[in-house]
Amino acid sequence: MRISRRILAGLATASLAVTATSCGGGGTSGSFDDTVTVGILHSLSGTMAISESTLVDTEKMAIEEINAAGGVKVGGKSYKIEYIVEDGASDWPTFAEKSKKLIDQDGVPVVFGGWTSASRKAMLPVYESKDAFLYYPIQYEAQECSNNIFYTGATPNQQSEPATDFMYKRSPAAGGDFFLVGSDYVFPRTSNTITKAQVKQLGGKVVGEDYLPLGNTEVAPIISKIKKALPEGGIIINTLNGDQNVAFFKQIQDAGITPSSGYYVMNYSIAEEEISTIGPEFLEGHYGAWNYMMSIDTPASKKFAKSFKKRWGADRVVADPQESAYNMVYLWKQAVEDAGTFDDNAVREALVGQKFDAPQGPVEVMPNHHLSQTVRIGEINAEGGFTILEETGVVLPQAWNQKHPSSKGFACDWTDPSKGEKYKL
Amino acid sequence: MELLLDSLFNGVAIGSVLLVAALGLAIVFGLMGVINLAHGELMMLGAYTTYVTQLIFKLPILKPFYNSYIIVSIFFAFIVSGVVGILLEKTIIRKLYGSPLETLLATWGVSLILQQFVRSVPLAYGTGLVISLLIALFLPTVFPSKIKESINYKYFKFSSWIFAALTGVLTGSLISSSVSKISRASARNVDVTAPSWMRGQVEILGTAFPKTRLMIIVITLISVIAITLFLNQSAWGMRIRAVTQNRQMSDCLGISTEKVDIITFGIGSGLAGVAGVAVSLLGSVGPNVGGNYIVGCFMVVVLGGVGNLLGTVIASFGIGIMTDLIGAGRLLSIWPDMPLPLSNTINFFATTSMARVMIFALIVIFLQFKPTGLFPQKGRMVEN
Repeated sequence: MRISRRILAGLATASLAVTATSCGGGGTSGSFDDTVTVGILHSLSGTMAISESTLVDTEKMAIEEINAAGGVKVGGKSYKIEYIVEDGASDWPTFAEKSKKLIDQDGVPVVFGGWTSASRKAMLPVYESKDAFLYYPIQYEAQECSNNIFYTGATPNQQSEPATDFMYKRSPAAGGDFFLVGSDYVFPRTSNTITKAQVKQLGGKVVGEDYLPLGNTEVAPIISKIKKALPEGGIIINTLNGDQNVAFFKQIQDAGITPSSGYYVMNYSIAEEEISTIGPEFLEGHYGAWNYMMSIDTPASKKFAKSFKKRWGADRVVADPQESAYNMVYLWKQAVEDAGTFDDNAVREALVGQKFDAPQGPVEVMPNHHLSQTVRIGEINAEGGFTILEETGVVLPQAWNQKHPSSKGFACDWTDPSKGEKYKL
Repeated sequence: MELLLDSLFNGVAIGSVLLVAALGLAIVFGLMGVINLAHGELMMLGAYTTYVTQLIFKLPILKPFYNSYIIVSIFFAFIVSGVVGILLEKTIIRKLYGSPLETLLATWGVSLILQQFVRSVPLAYGTGLVISLLIALFLPTVFPSKIKESINYKYFKFSSWIFAALTGVLTGSLISSSVSKISRASARNVDVTAPSWMRGQVEILGTAFPKTRLMIIVITLISVIAITLFLNQSAWGMRIRAVTQNRQMSDCLGISTEKVDIITFGIGSGLAGVAGVAVSLLGSVGPNVGGNYIVGCFMVVVLGGVGNLLGTVIASFGIGIMTDLIGAGRLLSIWPDMPLPLSNTINFFATTSMARVMIFALIVIFLQFKPTGLFPQKGRMVEN
């Protein structure tokens, strides 16, 4: 009796163990032959966490989609993508440190990461010295072209230049004077240098320029300057960052600087996510320029928005930076499959020329490691989205801006060893 | 004339934001000598209170009174920040009087805790917690003295804590279920929208002034007048002034210094809450909102002369007018044909970031000559 009970217990334990292992086994291998681990590096804490966490969500979603469709197929084997998420903590040296960790310790073939230009500048030397590869998804000021970074966001000629052109030629304030407002750091200052050169070419006039130190929300002096410089209304180009936009738009509306009185603001850092934070009632009638807008009426765009909402909640929105993050995961997957290996140098070669049917429309990787993209100008509507007014054809990226005095006449081409990072056209 | 009026108004508008933010600190730091680095976070709590009040006034029952929510939120913010301030005083600062360095570190820690608190705790439950604290702190004070003297008083006190906790949990879940926006924790910045009567502008003497700015000036004026009257006319005000001048002597003369400390700190913190309402009208409300103001607050108090309300008032309006004069390049419009090198210099400083640099530089130079500020405390003081 005692023995049989012991046997019974033993049998029970054994059967439990068997079920446990079979469960575990089914989870990891299943239909895949192997796994590949990639790195995701964005700020999950600190000031930038609000923005950057949306990219982590999007990248996870893209990876899940690829896995659900059978993973990455390299050399006849299918690989399941797994990821390690690291927190850059809104602190630029931390980005460099975590990059080293991902490359050396975890040995990931690719890192998807970064948002601010400062974080990218901190990471760049790490990737160049280790000859690793970073995919960076944000619209930025360009003037950089690294062999070890792949930029999927817009360069100024894919965002601010068409936008300035639109404002000066076809907006309700066409022909008016310009006033430039920005946060005090590298992106607004570079972007405004380009805008000033372009306005001059167009025959317009920039009557004022002001920068708000990061963290400062006192915009009263800027408002009185705008009123003095543009007494009858005009065009305002806004490159303020995050929260400062809230203060700016609340207070200009109170001061009577509104579309109805002839002031039109073109924004380069306000996407759907920001509109819902600031409140559409403050932004209605102003403009934005992006490659992707949630209101794009194509199946690819709708599917992207729908799967994001399904995965992360119905109240979530998708915006341009997320679309760039989504594209880069797919482009990496395609390049790896074409190269037939995860080796960086082979993938880098296979990457140039990759085409992808992105939510914004077709994109293609150019020899300067940037994407050809479509530019859209939208008017912000009461529902918190953009009403798309204009759509350019596909615009080729300029890593070295052709209007900025320091980079005029230069270009970048990594497919030709004699040209490289910066060569004279 | 119009230019002068415009400039003066802008200066006063910028100055009144500084003043309302610094007023509470002028009391806590100026009168009590406590370096409270959590002052900015008490402002943040005030700003969040405005946000929660706004949402509660959107509920169907209170909808008809929606336009007055901003007035109500001023009182709520005063109470919320005041209660948190009192708790802070009772638990931490009381033990650290006379050791400024430790106070500085401790209050900095508190500021980090409060920032993380609003990030990771749903606002609805935060509200419930504040209500519990409010009841727990004030219920014992309203017990009749007959109960207080009885042997069973400790049971009464204990049961009042239980009652407070229960009410807090109840209101927390009630708010959480009726206002869905604050039932989940979020680090996202939120937005206070001024009621329609406060948006847009009014015309005075041919110049248009934004209404929110006028509202902030009014809030500031009322706070300054109220606090001056309280300090100079009321019995408690007199006691506060006595304790700040000579603690031991006041103690000997029968003033309860403990109570005075609580009241002073509570009022200072409450004023920070009122400042939170004011700043929520200008920008967005987020965990970091207080950090943007704390440096300016200390600057104003030090420049005005520690321990002097009038100094704080003059210093903040002075800084406000200077910011506008330099930052908006107004000197050029007053004197359009000044020599070229001079006008170039002025143009160079006529951006917001350079104006800030210039003002800090001017203050540093000023403090070299008058280290005790504009209006130093006169008379014999007993330090420590």
